[in-house]
Order: sequence, then C-alpha cells, then structure tokens
Amino acid sequence: MAGLYKSEFKNPVINWLDSRLPIFTMMQREYGAFPTPRNFNYFWSFGGLAMVALMVMILTGVFLAMHYVPAADRAFDSVEHIMRDVNYGWLIRYVHMNGGSMFFIVVYIHMFRGLYYGSYKSPRELLWMIGVAILLLMMATAFMGYVLPWGQMSYWGATVITNLFSAIPFVGKAIVTWLWGGFSVDNATLNRFYSLHYLLPFVIVGVVFLHVVALHITGSNNPLGIEPTGPQDTIPFHPYYTIKDMVAMVVFLTLWAALVFFAPNLLGNPDNYIPANPLSTPAHIVPEWYLLPFYAILRSIPNKLFGVIAMFGSILLLFVLPWLDTSPVRSANFRPLYRIFFIPFVIACVVLGIVGANPPQGSWLLIGRIATAWYFLHFLVILPLIGKFERPLPLPESILQPVLRQGGGSGGLPAGATAAPREVS
Amino acid sequence: MRRLIPACLAAAALVASVGAPRIAVAEEGMPSVDWSFSGPFGGFDYASAQRGFLIYQNVCANCHAMHLLHYRDLAGIGLSEEQIKAIAASVQVPGLDDSGQPKDMPGTPASQFRSPYPNELAARAALNGAYPPDLSVIANAREGGPTYIHALITGYADPPADMKMADGMYYNQYFPGHQIGMPQPLQDDSVTYTDNVKPTLDQEARDISTFLMWAANPYLTERKRMGVHIVLFLLFMTGVTYAVKRKVWSDLH
Repeated sequence: MAGLYKSEFKNPVINWLDSRLPIFTMMQREYGAFPTPRNFNYFWSFGGLAMVALMVMILTGVFLAMHYVPAADRAFDSVEHIMRDVNYGWLIRYVHMNGGSMFFIVVYIHMFRGLYYGSYKSPRELLWMIGVAILLLMMATAFMGYVLPWGQMSYWGATVITNLFSAIPFVGKAIVTWLWGGFSVDNATLNRFYSLHYLLPFVIVGVVFLHVVALHITGSNNPLGIEPTGPQDTIPFHPYYTIKDMVAMVVFLTLWAALVFFAPNLLGNPDNYIPANPLSTPAHIVPEWYLLPFYAILRSIPNKLFGVIAMFGSILLLFVLPWLDTSPVRSANFRPLYRIFFIPFVIACVVLGIVGANPPQGSWLLIGRIATAWYFLHFLVILPLIGKFERPLPLPESILQPVLRQGGGSGGLPAGATAAPREVS
Repeated sequence: MRRLIPACLAAAALVASVGAPRIAVAEEGMPSVDWSFSGPFGGFDYASAQRGFLIYQNVCANCHAMHLLHYRDLAGIGLSEEQIKAIAASVQVPGLDDSGQPKDMPGTPASQFRSPYPNELAARAALNGAYPPDLSVIANAREGGPTYIHALITGYADPPADMKMADGMYYNQYFPGHQIGMPQPLQDDSVTYTDNVKPTLDQEARDISTFLMWAANPYLTERKRMGVHIVLFLLFMTGVTYAVKRKVWSDLH
C-alpha cells in the first residue's frame, strides 16, 4: 500500500521523518514496547552482549585497518608499529585481539543457553539455524583475522587449516592452490584473508539482522520454555530489559577490560610474536582457544578426510538439531533426563577444548576420541531417544504463575504487575 | 537452572584456563623473580631498565638486532633528550650520502636501533650458521617471558655426563633441548654500572629481562595504570546500573 505512514510521534521533525520512513515507530515497537516474557534470567542478556562485542570489533577493526599493512614482509612490523607508534594503538589492538575471545565466550554461552532451554524448538528452528550460520561466519572471520599479524602461529595455522581442503577427493589439491593464490601460504593468501576479514564482519551484521528479525517474529523463548498466555506474562522490553541488559553489559565490559589491561596476551600464543617463517615449523601448531574443540575432533579421527567431515559435521549437525531433539518440551527445567545428560555434554565440549590444546598422543588422543564420540552420541542418539522415553514434569500454566510463587508467595497480584503490560498492548 | 549456572561457570573457567597451563609448564623449575611490572599495579623500574639497556648496548647488540625500536623510544625508560641524542650519535647507522650512495652515518633519535648484521644470511655466515633472534618482542615471544629470559641467562651449566653436546653448542638448563648456540653472554661484572648496584650475574639477568620486557611492552606501565582506573569505574558503574535495575524492576516484584 503506497502513501505516507500515519506516525503517532508528536515532535514535528520526528513525525515528518517517521511518516516517510517509520524507523522511529519500528524502534518503539521492537525495542520500546516489545512484549517480552517477564521471567528472563541473565543468560538472556548474552545475545545483546554478542551484539556489543560485534560492534566494538568492527569499530576497533576499522581503526586498525588504517594502520595495518597487508603485505607478507611488512604485516608483522606494521602490527608492532600500531602497538608502539600509533596513539593508543596498543589499546585498540588489544581490545580487538581480546575482543575475539570475548565475542566467542559470549556466543558460546548464548548457544549453551539455547541448548539448555530448548530455544531451537518450534517455532524458533530458523532463528537457531541463522544463529549457527553466524557462528560459522564468526569462525571464518576469526581464523582469517588471526592470520593477519603474520606471526608463526598465523602462518602455520593458516597452512594447517587451508590444507584441510586437500582432503577433498580429486579436486582437493587444486582447491587449496586456489585458496592460497599460489603454491604455499604467502603474500597472496595474506591479501585475500585481509580483504575477507574486512568483508565478513559486515556479512555477519546482515545475518545478525535476520537473526533479530526472526527473533521478533517468534518472540523470545524464556526459562520456563512456555509461550506467554497473555499480557500478564510479558513486560515491555524498555525499560525492564534495556536496564537488565545494561547490568550484564557493564559486567561484560569489566571482564573484557581486565583482560585487555592486565593480561592482554594471556589467551594468545607466544609463538605469534615470532615473525612468520616458512622454513621453521613450531613444535605445536594450535589455533585460538575458541576453535580448539573442533581441532580436537579433527585430530581424533585417524583418517584425514573423515576427520575434516567430522569437524565440519560437528557444526553442521547443529543445523538439524531442531529435528534431532524429539521432545516437545523446551526447558530442561522440566526435562529430568535431558537435564542430566546436558552435564556430560558440556563436559565433553570443555574436554575437547583442553584436548585440542595438547598434542594428539597417548591419553590425550584417547580422551579426545571419547569426548568426540560423546559429542556425536549426544546429538545423534541420546537426544532423539530421550524425547521418546522421558516423562517431562508438569509445565506451569503460565509464566506469571511461578514468578509470583517465587516472588512474594502471598498470591495476590502486585498493582504494577498487571497494570504495566496492559498499557502497552 | 541452579545446576546450569555452576556448570557454565566451571566451563568458562576451564576454557579460560586452557591458556594458563601453557605458561605454567614453561615456568616449571625456573627461578621465580619478583618483577616490579607484574600484577595490576605493577610498573617498570626505570633504573633497572636503564641498566638493562646498558647491557644490551655493550653485550647483546654485538649479535642481536632490535629493529622495532628507535632511539627516541628510550625516553620510555626515563632517558633525557640529550642522553638519547648522545646515544644515537655514538652509533653508525646505514643511510645515504648526498649523492645517493649507501653510507654509514651517526644515528639520530629517529634512527632504528642499529642491527649488527645487514641480514639473516650475513649473521649466519659470521656466527657458525646460528641466527641470533631479534630481541624487539622476545619477552612476549617466549613462554614465561622475562622469567624465562632471566632463567636462560643464569641457566648455563656443565652438561650432564651422559649428554652428548653438538659442536659449538652450550648446555643451558632452561633452553628447550638444553643445547643453545649462544655462549654464556653475561658473568659477574660483565658491565660496569654507574649507579651503586653490584653487577652480579643475577642482577644483570634481572636488568636485561626488565629492559627486554619494556622493549616488548613499552606501554605496560601506562596500560596498567589506565586499567586500574577503567576497571574501578566499570565496577562503580556495575553498582549504579544494578541499583537502577532494582529500582526499575521494583514495581514488578
């Protein structure tokens, strides 16, 4: 339907703008009045934290790109130039470097929250799948970003990871040469990684937008995993969740700052302060910590091709998770069996991370294989079966019911509880 | 829910500690040193860093380059403009004369630290095939950092009886593989300090480690000072924000 939108904003300038492009109305509807389940815990802040991390990464990255030189013989020194000669370059670089870790910590917690509370279940399957796509894009971006300082781990990490594609039958070698733009990781590789490392974050922004749109179509899941039954179950996003997310954000920034200012190289590898040297292979080539679990899965399979398949499969599996989990109940709080099996799953993921940091020999190899097996077992066998045998606990009738029982226990509705949401709807 | 929080915290702690064991393993057995720059309130001991620079200049610089540093950077360890000019002028650095021909000339504060060899090949040719690494960021490039450097400098010893040393290699307790191409670089009284500090081997090792730590992290002191302010501010903001949150939510509960 053509024509001006009837804006309800009183301010004439905003009204004029809003009538022609109703972004003010959209913001008011999606982030102001947006009816949101009233029972979120702080795990529901991690999506917002990831958004903060993404924005900080893009902002610091843009400034780093102004001083960085993507050439094999100058990249390492240009990073050190940023650290030494650019005003507060060390700050920008350390924020960006540790920001990668903070972004992944937040996103992993966000994902474990989704797994625990069944946020991937109908009708949020697509929302979850878009999220998995974001994870894949993040991994690609982070991997290519780690190559840019052109230290030893940059170079050898790039060599190991790109070489994975050589496992593809028949065309593998050709694909790797094509990826490298030459016959080894070299200047051409660095240049394209730089280009893509600048491009992909904006692709992530686009996919995050889809993620948020999909979220606002279905509405958020919540710790009880039941849909709101009426306005009494929801509260407007603003001010309740804007302020709650702010609390989470300040704590998040505190941890990030502590890392940046007091231990900026804690999560990095000392070898990456050695300039890349194609003639000297480091004793242990390890990726950044957030890729270690997948690296462990790769190395726990004796066959290279199947190792690569298992590694990518471990993520691609998440795309079909909504159909692997056969239980209609979302929240693990009402799923006694799933709740138990969730613990060894988390342990397996953490163990895989530790195994990935260690050489694949002796007991590490065995532990890695058990954890890998458990990871796949969890998704492919345990999840489909639990749904069939588990007897879920009775679900509460509404979100408000247990909230009230927890809160005062008196049973009577506080005046504000019912009044606030009704104004909104 | 109650189980999820500790599980996730434990997971986060474990994941975060993945980086820690690497450092812990490297520091095993190394003599621990109480560095002035460790901890959130730490900062560089200028006197020690200046003594360390003296050692670098007189001993290390004969073989090791530090090409990421400029003489002007020495202001960061408290040297005055005049001192820096004098130090730079005492060194011949490669440049071009008026007719464009390569020519060594006295350095200026803007000059890069003079490299002892024009390139890696020249270094290897002169040093029996060994290449002394550039020391600009060495304190960040080794597990254990300055503690490792201190241990390495003081870690020379006679090889165990059953160990076969390769030609031209020296035994060092803390060097990976224990065979190092660098002969023991420092002994007691290797340098003469201008302050009243006694140049024992241990003291020299501390000073050179401090200098190299500064060279790799010239903004460490400023970084930590800023960090204390920012973290305190953020903790304060956490309190304020949480109080506001309680206030906003009070009409719901």
